[in-house]
Formats: sequence, C-alpha cells, structure tokens
Amino acid sequence: MLTLIQIELYKIFRKWRTYIGFIAIGVLVPLIHLAFLLTGESTIDFMTRNIQQSFIFVGNLLNGYFVSYLILNSITVHIPFLIALVAGDLLAGEATAGTYRMIITRPVTRTQIIISKFIAGIIYTNLLIIWLALISLVVGVLIFGTGELLVSSSHAIIIFERTDILWRFFIAYGFAVLGMSVVCSLAFLFSSLVENAIGPIVSTMAIIIIFIVISAINIDFFQSIKPYLFTEYILSWRLIFDDPVDLTELLKAVAILLAHIVFFFSLTLFLFKRKDILS
Amino acid sequence: MIRKILSSEKIIEINSLTKDFKKLRAVNNLNLSVYKGDVFGFLGPNGAGKSTTIRMLLSLVRQTSGTINLFGKPLDSDRKNILSRIGAIVEKPDFYGYLTAYKNLEILGKLSGKEITQKQIMQILELVGLDNRFDSKVKTFSHGMKQRLGLAQSLLHDPELIILDEPTTGLDPQGMKEIRDLILHLSKEKEKTIFLSSHILHEVELVANRMIIINKGTTKVEGNVKDLLDAKKLKVTFEIDDEQKVKDLILNSGWKDKFEMNTKTVFVFSLEGEEVPQLNKYLVENNISVSAVIPKRSLEDYFLKITDEAK
Repeated sequence: MLTLIQIELYKIFRKWRTYIGFIAIGVLVPLIHLAFLLTGESTIDFMTRNIQQSFIFVGNLLNGYFVSYLILNSITVHIPFLIALVAGDLLAGEATAGTYRMIITRPVTRTQIIISKFIAGIIYTNLLIIWLALISLVVGVLIFGTGELLVSSSHAIIIFERTDILWRFFIAYGFAVLGMSVVCSLAFLFSSLVENAIGPIVSTMAIIIIFIVISAINIDFFQSIKPYLFTEYILSWRLIFDDPVDLTELLKAVAILLAHIVFFFSLTLFLFKRKDILS
Repeated sequence: MIRKILSSEKIIEINSLTKDFKKLRAVNNLNLSVYKGDVFGFLGPNGAGKSTTIRMLLSLVRQTSGTINLFGKPLDSDRKNILSRIGAIVEKPDFYGYLTAYKNLEILGKLSGKEITQKQIMQILELVGLDNRFDSKVKTFSHGMKQRLGLAQSLLHDPELIILDEPTTGLDPQGMKEIRDLILHLSKEKEKTIFLSSHILHEVELVANRMIIINKGTTKVEGNVKDLLDAKKLKVTFEIDDEQKVKDLILNSGWKDKFEMNTKTVFVFSLEGEEVPQLNKYLVENNISVSAVIPKRSLEDYFLKITDEAK
C-alpha cells in the first residue's frame, strides 16, 4: 500500500496543475498582506467603530494573527477550488489518459487503488493547508509582528491575549484540513463517475456554491435544511476563536464532517468496484 | 508459421461468457480454451466483441454471465494472483504522457508486485527498440512507439500469459513484422502462451497455431489454423466470356458438384488445389475462353464476408 501511495503522490506532484494551488496561495496571500500593510488600520477602525467611544485600544492590533484569521475565512470558496483541481483529476485523469487499463490489469485490487489515491489526495489537501498556514501565519507574523487578536463575532468583539492564540490556530488549521478533506472526498467521488477532470471540478464547486447560497438566504425552508449542508460546518473552526469554546458544537461539527468523508469515500469505493472500465 | 499444440494444460477457459451493455449484447455465450504454449488467434471484424472479451479476461469489465478460469482458477476468486501472471495490451496502449518511458515502466513494474531492476527495464526497452528514447516523455512518442512501449510493459514482469489486443495497429509494415517476430520469439524461445486478438486473418495465420473467429459476440469458427486455412480447400473464381455455353457444359459434366454459383461471366467453384488446373484445361479444351482464375481459401472468403457485413 505504501508503494501505491508513493506512486500516486509522485504522479500528483509531476503534474503542473498540482502547483497551481501552491502558486495561487503564494501569490494571493502576500497580496493580502500588502493590502493590509497599506490599508489595514482602516479595517481595524471599521471593526471597532461602534465601541471606540467606550474603549481605548492600545497595542498592535494589526498583527500577523489578525491577518491570518481573516485569511482563514477565505477557505470556504477559494481553497475548495484548488483542492477540487487535484482531487477531481485523481480518477478522471486516469480515464482521460486511458491509463486505467494499465493499472487495473496489474495485480492490485480496486480497493487498494481507491485507498491509495484517496490518501494521496488527503496528503495534498494537508500540504496545501500547511502551505496556507506557513504563508499566512508565519509570513504574517514576520511582517506584522505579534499582538492580541481581535475577533468580531455576531454577538461580541473578543480580544485574545497573545499567549492564548497559537494553539487556537493549530486547531483551526487542523479543522480546515478536515473541512477541505470533505471537499477532496466529494471531488474524488465525482472523479470516479466521469472520464474528464473538468466535470468533477465544476460539480464540486457548483455544490459548494449552491450550499453557501442556500445557507445565506433567510427563508424558513432553506433555514430548515441548513443543518444538513456540510458547508455549514466547514467554517466551524471559528468556534475555536470564541470564549469559552463551545466544545459540544465543535465536536458535533467534527463528527459531521468525518461522516461526510466516510460516506463520500465509501460511495466512491462501492461505485468504482462495480465500474466497467471502457475508457 | 504453423505450430502444434504444446500442452493439454488449459491457461484460459471461458464458458458461456455473455456481456450486455444495456440493450446491446456485446458477447453472447462465448466458449473457448487456450492451452499452454498456444499462440491463439482471436479473430473477428471490428465490433465483434474481441475487446470486450479481453476486458473481461483482465477484469476491467464484469461479465453478465458465464465463467472465466485462468491458470485453472476462477478469475473472480483469485484475481490478484492471476493478474500477476499476465501481461497485456488492451486496445491502444496509453501511458502517463508527462512521464518518461523509463518512469512509466518503473511505475508499472512496481504495480506488478515484482522487483524490476533498472537493468531489466532497459533490457525490455532495448527489446522493443526504445532504449535510445528511455528518457523522453511519452507525450512526444508516435503511435507506433507507444505501441512498442505497450508491448514492453506487457513483458516487463515476465508473465506466463501475454494478451495482445491488436498489437500491430498503427504500425508500418516493418513494425508489424518486428512484432510478429517478437511473438514467435516469445512463443518458441520463452515458451509463453499468447492470446492474440486481431481483425486481420493473415496476421493470425502467420503466427498462431490455434484460432477462433467470432462475430457479433458469438463463436463462428474454431480450431487449428492449419486445418482451418487448409490451402487445398479453395473457392475458385473463373472469369469466362460465354455464360450459357459454360453453364450447359458444366451442368452436364462431372464438375457439376463442384459448381457453386455464377453471376453472368463469373463462375465460382469449390475445388481441391490440384483440381484447379484440371478444370481450367477442361474449359479450354471445350473452346471456352478463360480470362482469369482467382483462388481463395474458403475461410478467407468467409472472413472477408463477415468483415464486409460489419462495415
């Protein structure tokens, strides 16, 4: 199995499309850093506008933690696209290239093929989030320094002490990996159904966008189905930046996301084992 | 080149194999056996069900009904072990275009579950004439080169059974000859069993000892190549200028039983090899002008007929 995973990773990292995600993050995040360097103070002003008359803010609020926190919010739409770009190609890419025949006629089971490709996809997802963390948090701290983290939620503005922040980021990035793994497994499922990688990428993004739109529309019917949409839980890492942390809600979100991964993966395995390879 | 059956050990045994794709029956109750050491020709026109059968043999496609035994074991129950003993090309060989020929073989070698050394990969590449392009990306290869690389990957793990689906497609005459020579070499020198699918009768005739012809997923003819393509049994076309005179002459002679049909001045007879000059002499002696004599073996004629129907 280890050999199969190594082969899959080798194939992933020999493709140009794999680096699009790393390059995009490598370009986009420094641009955000630059924007904050130029206009970041106004963002802080905007967030604290309503309470500036009651409180005096001192210290470095525009710091690396604050910038990283805002960047992490982007994972709902932007990062899923970069994940789907690779995960959607894992199986469909073999069909497009006609290489299914080569690998399935070797003495490896279809289950082994699916598991190794899925693990390789999850490793890619991990690496992309680690890259995001490195660029946004490490580079952010290097540029803006450290300080207290100002977080605005729907009901309050919370300020975390600088000693109380890093562990939250570690868990938040871990949660981001989990959320993006759901996206990876969804794109992987679509990838097993078609013979062109464009389909899985578009389908995955369409589902994410539809779910986000449904969540955002304040109609009773949509609100009633909201708890069943996985996109609703991808941003649950925000719970970690609350005081106190609602552990029950957090664990519920973890369980729901894990259940989605298991479901999407199992369905992919079920379908792929019965698939006639005609490409 | 005609060879004899070397063994009674069945390497492939297909019983009542059927495959339906929705309403289309691609393979219909197919039965065949391939013995150890055979070069088995699997013939049929395009769309006859050859590739679907091969895909079922390699577990790429699941059969609707029937059984497949390879090396005496059911494919369904011992798939992994069976596939480790098979090398195959299925239709046109495709590779990871962004990787080199060497890297493709290295990956496929690892997947075969055997330790394939760098030296072995280079030897295989040399065997198919691609050793000088080992470091080139496959996307730069021509179809013929991919076909050779396909053959290389099928031989990489030294399999006992080699399944070749139209291996000469897209090759020039020299390339086709080289593949034929390689098949004969593998059969004679390496004692491999070879299952060769083709839609060209002549190609099979040159290398196979046993063959089957299928059409519309059903067996049409099966047996030894030598017997089936016996040069003595011929369908001979005589082009003659006087239809009525010839008809009268033939129908009132001993050649009546050999006469099959005619369309105006073209007369077809079913003859043994030595009878062709005898009939020609008989016609000439009876003042019939024969402008052409065209012999065809009966199976060849039959195969051409079903190939034309398939078009």
